[in-house]
Amino acid sequence: MGSAGMASAAPAIELKGISKAFGPVQANKDISISVPRGTIHGIIGENGAGKSTLMSILYGFYKADAGEIFIGGKKTDIPDSQAAIAAGIGMVFQHFKLVENFTVLENIILGAEDGGLLAPSLSKARKELIALEKEYGLQVDPDAVIEDLGVGKQQRVEILKALYRRADILILDEPTGVLTPAEADQLFRILGRLRDEGKTTILITHKLREIMEITDNVSVMRRGEMVGHVKTSETGPEQLAELMVGRKVLLRVDKAPAKPGAPVLEVENLRVVDEAGVERVKGIDLTVRAGEILGIAGVAGNGQSELLEVLGGMRDGTGSVQLNGQALDLSGRYSDGQSRRARGIAHVPEDRQREGLIMDYHAWENVAFGYHHDPKYQRNALFMDNAALRADTEAKMKTFDVRPPDPWLKAKNFSGGNQQKIVVAREIERNPDLLLVGQPTRGVDIGAIEFIHQQIVALRDQGKAILLVSVELEEIFGLADRIAVMFDGRIMGERMPDQTNEKELGLLMAGVSGEAA
Amino acid sequence: MEKMPHWADVILIPLISLILAAILSALVILAIGEDPVAAVKLMVQGALGSTYGWGYTLYYATNFMFTGLAVAVAFHARMFNIGGEGQAMLGGLGVALVCLLIPWPHWSLALIAAILASMAFGALWAAIPAYLQAKRGSHIVITTIMFNFIAAAVLNYVLVNLLRPEGSMDPATARFPETVHLPTLHEMLAPIGINFSRAAPANISLLVAVAACVIVWLLIWRTRLGYEIRAYGHSETGALYAGISPVKITMIAMLISGALAGLMAINNVMGEAERLVMNATEGAGFIGIAVALMGRSHPFGVFLAAILFGFLYQGGAELALWTSIPRELIVVIQALVILFTGALDNMVRMPLEKLFLRMNRGKS
Repeated sequence: MGSAGMASAAPAIELKGISKAFGPVQANKDISISVPRGTIHGIIGENGAGKSTLMSILYGFYKADAGEIFIGGKKTDIPDSQAAIAAGIGMVFQHFKLVENFTVLENIILGAEDGGLLAPSLSKARKELIALEKEYGLQVDPDAVIEDLGVGKQQRVEILKALYRRADILILDEPTGVLTPAEADQLFRILGRLRDEGKTTILITHKLREIMEITDNVSVMRRGEMVGHVKTSETGPEQLAELMVGRKVLLRVDKAPAKPGAPVLEVENLRVVDEAGVERVKGIDLTVRAGEILGIAGVAGNGQSELLEVLGGMRDGTGSVQLNGQALDLSGRYSDGQSRRARGIAHVPEDRQREGLIMDYHAWENVAFGYHHDPKYQRNALFMDNAALRADTEAKMKTFDVRPPDPWLKAKNFSGGNQQKIVVAREIERNPDLLLVGQPTRGVDIGAIEFIHQQIVALRDQGKAILLVSVELEEIFGLADRIAVMFDGRIMGERMPDQTNEKELGLLMAGVSGEAA
Repeated sequence: MEKMPHWADVILIPLISLILAAILSALVILAIGEDPVAAVKLMVQGALGSTYGWGYTLYYATNFMFTGLAVAVAFHARMFNIGGEGQAMLGGLGVALVCLLIPWPHWSLALIAAILASMAFGALWAAIPAYLQAKRGSHIVITTIMFNFIAAAVLNYVLVNLLRPEGSMDPATARFPETVHLPTLHEMLAPIGINFSRAAPANISLLVAVAACVIVWLLIWRTRLGYEIRAYGHSETGALYAGISPVKITMIAMLISGALAGLMAINNVMGEAERLVMNATEGAGFIGIAVALMGRSHPFGVFLAAILFGFLYQGGAELALWTSIPRELIVVIQALVILFTGALDNMVRMPLEKLFLRMNRGKS
C-alpha cells in the first residue's frame, strides 16, 4: 500500500475483490490484482476462465457485483467506456473497431472530434499523431485507408487511437491471434517501447510463449478465480500451464517419427474461386502419404479454409485431386460431403459451431451428423434408430472422455473442448483413410488440446493420412511431420519441422518466398 | 445450462402472452362501452357451449391445423412460407376437379383422391417459389406473398371462365355430387349415440388433420429427412458440411409445406361448401402463420393453437352476431392474440428468463 505522499509508487491498476455473475455462472470470483506502473502484465487463462469479463469490467462494459477499482491509487468508478477512457484506460480489442473506408487519421479522431467542423480536428490530430509516432516508433501513414492496411498496421492504428486519447494503461485482448510471427514480434517491440515510456500494458492471452517473451508479471485465472500471481522471470511454461489447468499437462506432443507409406491424397493445380468471384486457392500441388501428418501453416484467410472445404465437399474447385489413386469429383454430382465420406474422407472442420455441430441438436443427434445415412443408424426404411444413436453416443463419450457424458445435452451447452471432442470422436471413429483437420484446438482448453493431439497422432500411427490446417505455429510444429506454408492461395514452400524454425516459416507466411528467406 | 425449463418455454410463455392479449382486448372492449366479462361469456358460450358451437370451432381448427402445419414444416427448414393462402386456394381447385370430373361410387374413394389432388396442387403452387429460392436466391417470403395474388387471379379466371355452370351468375363451380359428401361429425357420432349438431360443418377432415399432426411429428423427429430439414434450418453451413444439399432440402420442405396447405381444401371445399367458391380460404393461410408461431412449430402445439384460433373465430362470430361489438373489433382481438403470441414473444420471454435465472441462483 503506497501512502498518499508516494502517489507515483501506487500501482497503475489495482482491483480488489471483484466479483461478477451471469445468472448461475460466476464469471469472476473475488478477484484481486495489482499492476505496477510501467510494466507489461500478462493475464493468462483458458477460454471461459473469466479474463475477458474482468477486462470488460475494467473498461466499463459490465458492472461488477462487488469489489473496487483503483487507478493510480485512487478509487475509481467506471460505469461506462467513456469513464474508462477518462481514467486513462485504452482497449485494443481482438476484433478491431475501425471504419474500413476511413483513413487512419479519420479513425483516430472518430468520437474525439473537437467540434462540428472536421478540418481543425484533423490538422491538430495530424500533429499529435506524428509526435506519437516518433515517441513510440509506431509508423503508420495517417492518410492510408484502413482497408488497404494489413492487420498488423490496423492494430497499430488501434493502439494509436488509445494513445491519442491519452491512455496510460493499454489493455490488449488476444492481440496476436491474427498476426504472423514477424508482425507479433513487431507488436512486442512496440509494447516494449511503451513500457520504456512509462505506459502500463495488460496483455490477455492464452499463449504461454507470448507471456514468457514479453511480460514482467503474470496472473493466472482458472474458472473465474485468480489462482496465482508470479514474476515471469521466476516461472516457466510448465508451471503456468499447470496453474491454468489445475493439473500437470504435457505441452509437447509425444510422438514417434512418422513412417510415411503410399500417397493417399494427391492434389495437382487445385484452384478455388469463391462466391464473390475471387480466386482463393491459386493452383496448389501437395501430397499426403499414409502414416504422416502434413501441416499447413499460414495466417488465417490465405486460402487454407477453402482448401479444406473443397476437399471436404463443401465447395467446388478445379484441378485434379486423387484419393488412393482415384480421382475425386470436384464440381459435379459427387462433390458433396456425403460422397467424400463414402470415399473415406473424414473432416474435422475449422468452425465446429457453424459447421461441425448443430448447436441446438442434442449430443446424440450430432454424433450422426454427416453420417446420418449410415445403415446402423436406421431402424427401418422409414425411421432413424435414435436408441442406437444414443447408445453409440454414450460409448463415444466414454472413449473420448466427453464431459458431462450426457447424450441429451445440447451441443451448445458443452464447453469448447468437449464440443470438439464430440466432433473428433465422430470423425476419427469412422476410421477414415484421410482425415482433414482444421484448427483442431481453437478455443479448446489445454487439457483437451493434449487429448485431441494424442488422438490425431494415434490415427497417424494406424497408417492414416492427415491433412492439418492450423494458424497456431506451435500446433503445427508439435503435430506435423511435414510443413507446407500457404500465402495468398499458394504454397510458398515445404519444410521439415526439424530443419526449420519459426522465423523462416514466419517469412514464408508473410509471402517472402523460400529463396529470399 | 438452459436458461429456463422446457415447460416454461412451451406452456408458460404462450399462456402469459395469451393473458396479456386478453387483458388488452378487454380494455379495447371497455373503451367502446361494452362489457368485457359479458363478451367473454358470450364467446365461450357461442364457441364451446353447444355442439353447434364446437362444430364450428373444430371446423375452423381443422383449417388452421393444416395451414399451421404447413408453416411449421417450412419453419423447421428456416423458411417463411407466407403462401399458405394461395396454396390452399390451389388445393381447392384440385379437390373441385377431382370431385366434379370423376363419378365417384363412394365418398371414401373420393376423399383419398381429393387428399392426393389437393396436396399435389398445393405442392405445385409452392414448387415455383421453392425453385426460385433454391436455385436463384429469390426470397421465399416475397415470392410466396406474390403467389397468393396470382393464385387468387388464377382461381378467379378458372371459376368465371371454365368451371362456372352455364347460366350461373356466381363465380363458383357447380355443387359436388351427393356421392362425394363427407361425413360430418353429426353423422359420425350418431351411431355411437352422441347427438352432435346437424348444422355444424365439422367433418371427417378433422381426423385427417389430427393424423397429419402425428405424421408431421414423425417426419420431423423420427426420420432422416426430418433430421436433415432441421439441421439445414439450424445451420446452412452445417448442412453443407454434412453433405445435406440445400437445394434438395429447400425444395422438399416447401413441397411438403405446400401440400399440407393444399390439404386444407378437403375441409373447407369438400367438407363444408361442397363446391369451390371465390375466396374459400377466408384467410386461413395467414392464420396458419400465427398458429405455427404460437405452437412453436411443434405439431402438438399447432394442434392446440389451431383449436384456440378456432375458438376465437367462432366466438368472434357469435360476438358480432349478438352484441353491438363490430365485426372489425373481432379482427382486432385476433390480431392482438397474434401480436402477443407471435411477434412479441421476447417481451414475455426475457423477463421470464431473468426470473428463472434468479430462482436458480437462489437455489444454488
